[in-house]
Amino acid sequence: MSLPLLRRDRVTFRLAKPPVSARIRPRLVLVCLILAVLVFLLGCLGMTIGDVPLGLSDVLSAVFGGGDFGTTYIVQDLRMPRALTGLLAGLAFGASGAVFQTITRNPLASPDMIGINAGAATAVVAGISFGFGNGLGTTTLGLLGGLLTGLLVYVLAWRRGTTGYRILLVGIGVYAMATSLTDYLLSRANITDAQASIGWLVGNLANRGWDNVAPLLVAFAVLFPLALALSRWMATLQLGDEVAAGLGTPVQPVRLGLMLAGAGLVAFATASAGPIAFVALTAPQIAQRLARLPAPPITASALGGAVLVLGSDIIARVITPSGLPVGIVTGALGAPVLLWLLIRANRSGSGG
Amino acid sequence: MRPDPEGVVLTRRPPQQAARAVGLVAALGALIFLCLLSIWLGSKEISFGDVWRVLLHNDGSADAVIIHSVRMPRTALAVLVGAALGLAGAVMQAITRNPLADPGLLGVSAGAAFAIVFSITVLGVSSLYGYIWFAFAGALAATAVVYFLGTRGNAGSSPVKLTLAGAAVTALLGSFTSAMVLTDPVALNRFRFWSAGSLTGVDAGALLQVLPFMLVGMVLAIASGPALNSLALGDDVAVALGRRLGPLRLRGALAITLLTGAAVAVAGPIVFLGLLIPHAVRFAIGPDHRWLLPYSAVLAPCLLLAADILGRILARPSEIRAGVIVAFLGAPFFIYLVRRRKQLES
Repeated sequence: MSLPLLRRDRVTFRLAKPPVSARIRPRLVLVCLILAVLVFLLGCLGMTIGDVPLGLSDVLSAVFGGGDFGTTYIVQDLRMPRALTGLLAGLAFGASGAVFQTITRNPLASPDMIGINAGAATAVVAGISFGFGNGLGTTTLGLLGGLLTGLLVYVLAWRRGTTGYRILLVGIGVYAMATSLTDYLLSRANITDAQASIGWLVGNLANRGWDNVAPLLVAFAVLFPLALALSRWMATLQLGDEVAAGLGTPVQPVRLGLMLAGAGLVAFATASAGPIAFVALTAPQIAQRLARLPAPPITASALGGAVLVLGSDIIARVITPSGLPVGIVTGALGAPVLLWLLIRANRSGSGG
Repeated sequence: MRPDPEGVVLTRRPPQQAARAVGLVAALGALIFLCLLSIWLGSKEISFGDVWRVLLHNDGSADAVIIHSVRMPRTALAVLVGAALGLAGAVMQAITRNPLADPGLLGVSAGAAFAIVFSITVLGVSSLYGYIWFAFAGALAATAVVYFLGTRGNAGSSPVKLTLAGAAVTALLGSFTSAMVLTDPVALNRFRFWSAGSLTGVDAGALLQVLPFMLVGMVLAIASGPALNSLALGDDVAVALGRRLGPLRLRGALAITLLTGAAVAVAGPIVFLGLLIPHAVRFAIGPDHRWLLPYSAVLAPCLLLAADILGRILARPSEIRAGVIVAFLGAPFFIYLVRRRKQLES
């Protein structure tokens, strides 16, 4: 791509045969490409860390099936599930953050804020402390909790239609209820269960197997295209409900579809990796600023989320050999971004 | 009276002064009744006659020990904490002109929680007497940050902006808190009981420690009633009426911090009590802060005591913590308020 083309804000083309026209933002495409390469490199770099340190070239050849038997075993059976869980969870968090920030028209709206993660957490902690967690599995419980909470927020925010702010504020109320329930369950549990719960509550990528990856992969393959397909209307939703309806957007169905896709992505990601803090909040905002767009772009946000999770996981394992949970590092990295966003959003008068 | 920032419309004439006074006395009566109920009901059954007898003179029997060293401090704690949170909520809603304001929602409790965990894990503080100061510092810092973030910008303070700033700061501090708790099992054990909003396990000494702060906060809050009435008419009108906004806001913030910090330090974060009560009172007697504040101070402990008693009855012989029950009563009310407001696109 030549540089003058990059300076263009957008490039449009129209083909007579087949009848296709499209608008391309060169900068967005470039950002996506760079982020995708970063994701791949970080994923491979993460797989070099472990009890048996491997070189980057060994990992690369093992990923593509080459290399000796031992290295291939370590990479493909032991370390790849962790890397892929982080990758997919990051993608899902980033994408769903972009979706929620668009439908509520608020940069601070993320699944963590409106209680979807909290609902998933409550379900999992209930499972651990009542002892039925082993039968059902934390994954299923987190999934059920997250989806139910998302649905609950939508239903409660419905009053002759929903508005972005109502979803957000109702979500904050639901978040408070779920959190108090989690606190209550934690105080009831014995200390081992409490520690296990809290370990899950901050988001953790340790000891993931292929059985963690598979459901996440399927969910992502279904829900991400759905969100992408609906994102065509997201630009008009940004203009406000009345304008969007005037431009022919089916406002309520689109919002419901987007919310289900977003909640589903978060629920699956939370179920397999725990509620990793701040990724859904910060990744879309970073992607939006990198691409210099007025609203968070879904694909770039997803890739940004994956970069954040994989990078944080590497930092966590480099700092402490025992492996700090990744959620703590994303929290520490996301915090300054969040505060900066708050100040900025208020200065421009767009924070709500 | 009020320019009605949250869409509260008075459909009835507010009751006359005499009716309000009678109502306040009735509320006090209800509070005393609930106090007696709270002293009477517990895991060991003591007949009401015995309760009454040992209450009047402590004869050193087993029942007397239970009542004087367990149930009475607990009841007193509920009354003080409830009054503090009710007042803090009312003052906060007035100062921020934000109907969704609540000490728990605006990050004050999260600040106190963060500071307490910090003092336990990093500085090794182990007694309530030690970490109450950290709770104060944390509450103060969080109030300042949320207020600063929520009022920046040319549009000034708006309910949504403040609520978001509070939620963001709460989420942020919560992440750090769980990070510290996770790496330290001892701290986790101490913290998880504190964080569920419990009224148990606090002795009279700890209560005496926080009492002065609460009393100063209560006096500050109740005395600012007339000034808050002017403030409700808008900044410009309040200035025209001779109020100085800076000192007034500072006094309010001081009262909120003292009340919330002390309450949170002894009882843990109890969410939604400060949100719920002032709204309920406003529905009943109108928005006059000279009455709103005393009513809140009396009715909030009533609700907290009722929640505490309910928690003891529902889950005998163990109990459900009052904070959980209050949050479960309060969160649906909050959602109801959000649904009822028409103009949320401010």
